[in-house]
Amino acid sequence: MEMTQQARPIEAVIAKYPKSREHLISILQEVQSEYGYLSKESINRISDYLGLPSSKIFGVATFYNQFKLSAPGRIQVAICRGTACHVKGSLNLLDNCRQLLGIEVGQTTKDGLFSLEMVACLGCCSIAPAMMVNGRFFGRLDKKMLEELIEKWRAAGRVEE
Amino acid sequence: MSKVFIGMGTCGLATGAGQVKTAVEKWAAARAVNVEITATGCIGYCKAEPIMDVVTESGHRVSYSNVTPEVAGFILDEVLVRKNFSLDGLLGQFRNGKSPLPGIPLIDEHPYFRKQVKYVLRNCGVIDPESIADYRAHGGFQGFEKAIGMTREQVIQEVTRSGLRGRGGSGFPAGKKWELALASRNEKKYVICNADEGDPGAFMDRSILEGDTYAVLEGMMVAGYAIGANEGIIYCRAEYPLAIERIRKAIEVLKAEGLLEKPIGTSGFQFKLRIKMGAGAFVCGEETALMASVEGRRGMPRPRPPFPSVEGLFQKPTIVNNVETLANVSHIMREGAESFSCMGTQNSMGTKVFALTGKITNAGLVEVPMGITLREIVFDIGGGIPGGKAFKAVQIGGPSGGCIPADHLDI
Repeated sequence: MEMTQQARPIEAVIAKYPKSREHLISILQEVQSEYGYLSKESINRISDYLGLPSSKIFGVATFYNQFKLSAPGRIQVAICRGTACHVKGSLNLLDNCRQLLGIEVGQTTKDGLFSLEMVACLGCCSIAPAMMVNGRFFGRLDKKMLEELIEKWRAAGRVEE
Repeated sequence: MSKVFIGMGTCGLATGAGQVKTAVEKWAAARAVNVEITATGCIGYCKAEPIMDVVTESGHRVSYSNVTPEVAGFILDEVLVRKNFSLDGLLGQFRNGKSPLPGIPLIDEHPYFRKQVKYVLRNCGVIDPESIADYRAHGGFQGFEKAIGMTREQVIQEVTRSGLRGRGGSGFPAGKKWELALASRNEKKYVICNADEGDPGAFMDRSILEGDTYAVLEGMMVAGYAIGANEGIIYCRAEYPLAIERIRKAIEVLKAEGLLEKPIGTSGFQFKLRIKMGAGAFVCGEETALMASVEGRRGMPRPRPPFPSVEGLFQKPTIVNNVETLANVSHIMREGAESFSCMGTQNSMGTKVFALTGKITNAGLVEVPMGITLREIVFDIGGGIPGGKAFKAVQIGGPSGGCIPADHLDI
C-alpha cells in the first residue's frame, strides 16, 4: 500500500486488463493503489478505456468503502470499529486519534502526512483494539501506544518499525 | 540444523512476530549456527501471540507463548544449548509419535486446547502455509486425487454423507447445493469461494486462508470436479492483505505444478483459479451481491430464485461456498465422510470454528464439535471473564445474531 514515488501514466496501469466491465473493480483498485485515490481525471480515462459512462463508474466507486475520491495522507490510519474493538474501547482510541492529528474521520492533515479513516472490522479481533496503517496491523493498542506511534511517524515523516 | 516455527498470521505479525524472527536470525548469526525458520499461520491462541516453537535436539517441538524479541534469544539458548525446556511462557510439546519429553506437558492437553477438536484447523499454526511440500507431507491433495478417481456423483454423495453444512451461516447441506449445480446443464459453470468474511468479531476464514491456504484451494478443485465447473474464483475482502498474497502465491505454484489450467490425468478435468478482491462493502458477503461485485457492478443483492446453482455468475450455474466449508471438503475427501460425521450431533455433524473476542480471558480461535455448550466454550476454553468479573452475556453470530444471557449458557 506504500505509494510509489513516481506514478506511472494511467494507461500503463490499466493496460493489462481486458476491456470488459468485469474488470472495473480491479482497475479501480489498481489505479487507487498507484495514485492513492480516484481523481475525476482517472475516472474519465477509465470510462474511455472500458467504454462505460463515467456516471456508472462513479456509482460503483461510491458504493464501495475502499475507494477514495480525494487525496489521502501519506500515512493512512484506519481505526477498527468492529464489535470486539468497540468492547475494548476503540471509540476512545478514535477520539484520541482525532485529537492527536487534529482532523476528523475522512480528512487529511494540512501537511498531507496523515489521514484518518474508520473501518468496519479488520478481522484481528483477538488483539483488539486494532488499527491498520498503510496496510500494516497494530493491535492491543492504548492511548499511550497510539501517542508514541503517531509521534514517531510524525517525526520520521513515514511509518517505520 | 535447528528448527524454529513462528506464528506469523495477522495476529502474530501485529504483536511483533516479525521482530521475533529478526531476533532469531541475529541469534543464529552471532553463534554462526544454521536455524531454519518456518513461518506458520495462527494456531488460534491469539492471546498468547507471538508464539514460537523450537525443535529440540531430540526432535520434539516445544511451543512458547508471548515471545518478545528480547527473550527469543534466551529461549533459544536455554532450549538448544542448555537443554532446559521449562521456561516462562511454555505452552507444551507437540505429539509426534515419539515418547514425549519428561516433565513437559502436551500442548493438546493445555486447558485452551483440551476440549477442542482440530479437524479443519489441524494445519493452522503447524505447517508452513506457503509450502506445497509441507501441505503434501500432511496429506494435502490426497483428497483431490481420490475425488478425480471417483465419478462426480460419488464425490457429491461422499460430501452429502459427511453431513457437512454451509459454514458461512446458512447451514445449507453442501452436498445438496452441489447436486443442484451438477443437475444444471451448461458448458460453463463456476465455483466461488466466499472469503468476504465481514461480520465484526469473526476471523475464522482469515485464519484458515492464512494458515492453510492450499486446503481451501484443494476444496475448490474438488467442488469444481464434482459439479463440472472449469473455473473457480476466490472473492476475498481487501482487508485481508496477507491472505490475498498467500492465495496469489499458491495459485502460481499450482499452475507451475500442472494442477491448474492443464488437464489432470485421464479425468479430462481442467480447472482455472483466480482471485477477486472485495472493495469494502459488507453486503457483498451475501451471495447474489457477491456475484454482482465479481461482475464489476455495485454489490446489490437480488431476490432468489433463480438460485445461483441454476443461474449465478454471468447467468451461469454457480456454487458459492464458504472458506471453512471448502477446507473441510479436502479433509472429508481424504479421510472419508465418517471422519467428519462421527463428530457433532445428529443434525449438525462435524466441528465448527468460533472466534472468541471481547472481554474474555483467552481471546482466539477455537474449533469444537457441534453440540458443545456455550458455557464450555466461554469458561472451559475461553477461561471466563478477565479479573474474575461476572459474566453478563455473549453475542453470537455477528451483527445479525442475538445476545445470550447467563441463564441460557447451557443450550
